Amino acid sequence: MARDFRHDDEFEMRHDAAAELLREYAPPGVYDEEPLPPEPSPDDDEAHMGDLAEAGALKVLRRGLAVTPELKEGLALTVVLAVVTAAGKLALPILIQQVLDRGVRGPDGFRPTFVYGASAATAVAVVLLYLLGRATYLRLVRATEASLLSLRLKAFGHIHRLSVAEHSDQRRGALVARVTSDVETLAQFTEWGAVAWIVDLTIIAGAFGVMGVYDWRLALQTMLLFAPIAIVLPWLQRRQLDAQDEVRTVVGETFSEVSEAITGASIVRAYGLERSRRGRLADVIQRQYKVRMRAAAYSAATLPVADIFGSIGVAGAVATGVYFGPGWGMDFGEVVAFLFLIGLLLNPLGEISEIVDRTQIGIAGWRKILGILATPIDVPEPTEGVELPGGPLSIEASNLHFAYRDGIPVLRDVDLYIEPGTRVAVVGETGSGKTTFAKLLTRLADPTIGSLRVGGVCLQDLSPAGRRRAIRMVPQDGFLFDASVGDNVRLGRMDATDDEIRDAFKVLGLGWWLDDLPLGLTTPVGERGANLSVGERQLVALARAQLGDPGLLVLDEATSAVDPETERALTEALARLAEGRTMVSIAHRLSTAEAADLVLVFENGRVVERGSHDELVELGGAYAKLYESWLGSTRAA
Amino acid sequence: MTEGSSTAAAAPTPTRSSSILRRGASLIWEAMRLHPGQFALAIGGSTLYALMAVGGSMALGRVTDEVVTPAFEDGVENWTIAGGVALILGVALARSVGAMFRRYFGMGGSLRMQKTWFMRIVDTYLSVPLDFFGRNQTGTLLAHADADIERAVTALQPVPMSLGVIVLLVAAVGSLAAVDPLLMLIGLALFPTLGWLNRIYARGIEQPAAETQERLGRVSAVAHESFDGALVVKTLGLEQREQARLERDAEALRSARLDVGWMRATFEPALETLPQLGTIVLLAVGSWRVSTGALDIGGLVQAMALFGILVFPTRVLGYMLEELPRAVVSVDRLERVLANPPRPMPADGAGQQLPDGPLGAHLEGVWFGYDPAEPVLSGLDAVIEPGEVVALVGATGSGKSTLCTLLADLHDPAAGTVRVGGVDLTEADPASVRRSVALAFQESFLFVASIRDNLTFGEDVSDKEIAWALDVSRADVFVSHLPGGLNHVVGERGVTLSGGQRQRLALARALLRRPGLLLLDDATSAVDPVIEQQILANLRRGLSTTTLIVAHRLSTIALADRVLFLQGGRIAASGPHTELVATVPAYAALAQAYEEEDAA
Repeated sequence: MARDFRHDDEFEMRHDAAAELLREYAPPGVYDEEPLPPEPSPDDDEAHMGDLAEAGALKVLRRGLAVTPELKEGLALTVVLAVVTAAGKLALPILIQQVLDRGVRGPDGFRPTFVYGASAATAVAVVLLYLLGRATYLRLVRATEASLLSLRLKAFGHIHRLSVAEHSDQRRGALVARVTSDVETLAQFTEWGAVAWIVDLTIIAGAFGVMGVYDWRLALQTMLLFAPIAIVLPWLQRRQLDAQDEVRTVVGETFSEVSEAITGASIVRAYGLERSRRGRLADVIQRQYKVRMRAAAYSAATLPVADIFGSIGVAGAVATGVYFGPGWGMDFGEVVAFLFLIGLLLNPLGEISEIVDRTQIGIAGWRKILGILATPIDVPEPTEGVELPGGPLSIEASNLHFAYRDGIPVLRDVDLYIEPGTRVAVVGETGSGKTTFAKLLTRLADPTIGSLRVGGVCLQDLSPAGRRRAIRMVPQDGFLFDASVGDNVRLGRMDATDDEIRDAFKVLGLGWWLDDLPLGLTTPVGERGANLSVGERQLVALARAQLGDPGLLVLDEATSAVDPETERALTEALARLAEGRTMVSIAHRLSTAEAADLVLVFENGRVVERGSHDELVELGGAYAKLYESWLGSTRAA
Repeated sequence: MTEGSSTAAAAPTPTRSSSILRRGASLIWEAMRLHPGQFALAIGGSTLYALMAVGGSMALGRVTDEVVTPAFEDGVENWTIAGGVALILGVALARSVGAMFRRYFGMGGSLRMQKTWFMRIVDTYLSVPLDFFGRNQTGTLLAHADADIERAVTALQPVPMSLGVIVLLVAAVGSLAAVDPLLMLIGLALFPTLGWLNRIYARGIEQPAAETQERLGRVSAVAHESFDGALVVKTLGLEQREQARLERDAEALRSARLDVGWMRATFEPALETLPQLGTIVLLAVGSWRVSTGALDIGGLVQAMALFGILVFPTRVLGYMLEELPRAVVSVDRLERVLANPPRPMPADGAGQQLPDGPLGAHLEGVWFGYDPAEPVLSGLDAVIEPGEVVALVGATGSGKSTLCTLLADLHDPAAGTVRVGGVDLTEADPASVRRSVALAFQESFLFVASIRDNLTFGEDVSDKEIAWALDVSRADVFVSHLPGGLNHVVGERGVTLSGGQRQRLALARALLRRPGLLLLDDATSAVDPVIEQQILANLRRGLSTTTLIVAHRLSTIALADRVLFLQGGRIAASGPHTELVATVPAYAALAQAYEEEDAA
């Protein structure tokens, strides 16, 4: 299981990865599930990016600047910064040359005024350049941070607009990365990587330029002596990157092994697996050691190699400068200056592999962010939406078909009309299409063929705000935000008062539950509602739905085992919730179907039977069989 | 605050105090003691590098005086030129070798220490009693094994270099003194100033850097929660609200990053400008000294070259001092984990063996609680005869699972004895217990491995046995439909098994042991009721074992010979189901509730 661990401070990512691993071992509580839609993998971003997927760095740069044009200011500032920094660095060797040739060894001997004057002037220049550089960098940072903030928000907003199909459990970590770590790597690139590129190139160009002024032949020789570095360093760097990729893979494997030892602790002990697990862990850490040492070998070689090339350059400059220099009209100071100029080259050259690495990571991050922004929104909203009247709503499906992106049909030929105010139970075996039907009702997806009308209006014509007010869904898992009970319920209608919230509970017969809470409405529910039991979370979700007062309520029943007391409260609340509106429940409990006005039986994507519970039992068909097995499994013999 | 529990891993703000430095030093010392070879080579390389770095500047000085200067005056021998070239290259080569050794073996030392820590933590995780995992979050434990260890050893990497820097500084001052005492004085003014500037920078950036990390964490948390509830956000139309939430935290992050940027903008260039100014002063003063004959130009060149190489090394020293407090914090956390004692077990082979065949169980005065202050079982007595099928019934939280784990020897009772097959479990040979007692949990954990490996754990089990176990647990059909069948790897991308399928596999796994005592803790809760009936019927028929079933369904209870009713931490009643319904009101009420729930 390879995970992408590219970044330095990785607490967040690692906790996310841990949470993802844990999700795989979520406690059972559901029967065999419906065929899941083809899971979008993190690589799907590449699929959406189309031409961006294979795009080189320049293309990403161009597209990125188009999306956030404010970054262009940063680019200009970077160039200024580069020139200023290079000038500052070049000042010293030039000063040395001047002082040695004109102030010390010149025809007039030691000229104190010149020496002190030039030194003072250079010192002042250096300080001024420092101040200028600092001011420029500050502006650069400010400009970049502003554009990154806007990029972060854009990506976040777009992700929420994406259809639900894009939000799988596996995907979540990747989506969060778009808004966090990918932006971080981009920030590092724009505030350091890009700067380093331009600054270092300018220094190298400037150094060779000054060398050329002193003597073009010696400059050429120096360039040639350095040339092989252009092959050696990238080779080293590529090997290092490959090794680092392997490190990331092995680190991921280590992570999984440790995680298994922890989450499977009881199994390890129950089956006496301590020694074999220890062996595996010892193996994986040894592998990690080996791979990391390989990467270390390459990284250990980089600076020394640059150093050696530098020394070859210096030695060559000395030899040639001394042998030919006087003949070529060089001065003593110029030869000495060469030595210091070559010294200037070492830092940029040594940095190159790190710069290239950071650039690749930055561009990769940018590419992913641009990719997510380019992902099409499956469910486009109408510009001028129709509103729905209040009160219970009718449902009308004509020739309804639905298939996922890869063509597997899930719903076929669904034609039905449901009167407003009906309490409907949707039943069917796994894979029958009932959950998909519920998704279509709340417009989490659009039908592939056919239409779906609620309250007489085609769903695609409804304004989003109106649709959300009139049609509500209570999903299976009872997700709650990390806030108080009251705040979570208020999400059903933002302008509700505390009293109205309490009323919602009372109407559903849940006043006693609310009263029993230690802090009443202000009781915090914890992360994802962790302080409440699964059943209690459903109660809060129901109160939220009640507060919202929709004309059509779609309920995806939880299947996890709930204690009898909460079970009773839920059943009662559901009955009350159904009053005054149309309610469609995806039923997993016998009692739901028995209590419903109308039962729809789905099989293989079609509605095969419809009628009341009693009617269908009499019919002796698919529903009757389901009913039998429900009964048989629960009554004692 | 229980022993061994870990505190949250928020980015700690390192505090500089002598105790931290002392602890840091002992950390480094321990690593060097455990892996002396690597560190010796690294430090040797570092010393060589330092000496050769100073040597490089000396070489330049000599070459200036004896090769370049004469070349522009009287002329110079080819020999001399060759000698100068050889000197420069030789010193460079030695310096490079030193640098490579320093870097490579420095990593070697720190990575070996990583291995050491890792195995220590792993050994603890594998040997502590189970309640350790109840007290600590998995995410935190993973962070210990991963991020904390990495923090603890990262500080070791710059150690060889830092020691080398000390050599470098001493050698630099020494060589300057030999060249010209006045220049040395300038150097002595510069080096500490650089160090002081470094420290201000490091101290000043700590706080904003920690803020940035914390705020990044908050942004991440908001995004994560928001995407987690994407469905709710969509259906309730909360997009605007979520956007506003993120914007607030992202703004805070931005301002923290601007603070960091300010520090960087001010100090990073300053750390380069200062040596430049120093070199200019050197040049001016040095030129004057040359003019008075007190100094050769070569000496001046040497001094200026020296200044050039000093910036980076001093920063490494600063870097290590920065990392050290964080490493100490991580080591503290690791040591707290390691302080957890392993579960006391009889030595291999020393314990008593459990007999063969169906086993009875005898619990006497058993007390147990995950939190010792809140016992779940209080003075429980129970007897299970060999070969019986017993249903364990009780309200939620009454301790049914706990009882099962005690019978499976996963926990030791706080008081009282648990005997299986007549043997006190605290004196039993662990291997024998594992062979004879099998527990299937409600949460059926499967490793990322093939189905076969998950069933047999690599032991030699015949295909016939496996087929039998899969048949009894009604898992044979779905396994044969999986791509690869028994060799299908669980948990990889692709087919994810449903809860019911996992449970059936876990059951097959338990059965393969041919246990004398089989404990089913809600082990079929996610399985379709019809299938569950078949499984239980198969169990009754096909196994000569004692079975204890934790049951919530009347159909399950009906299968048992006898019911043990767990209430108030004890067995409140025991007998056939119908008898208990008639005579024990609390039990009847519970049974009624189960019936209603099933009907729902």
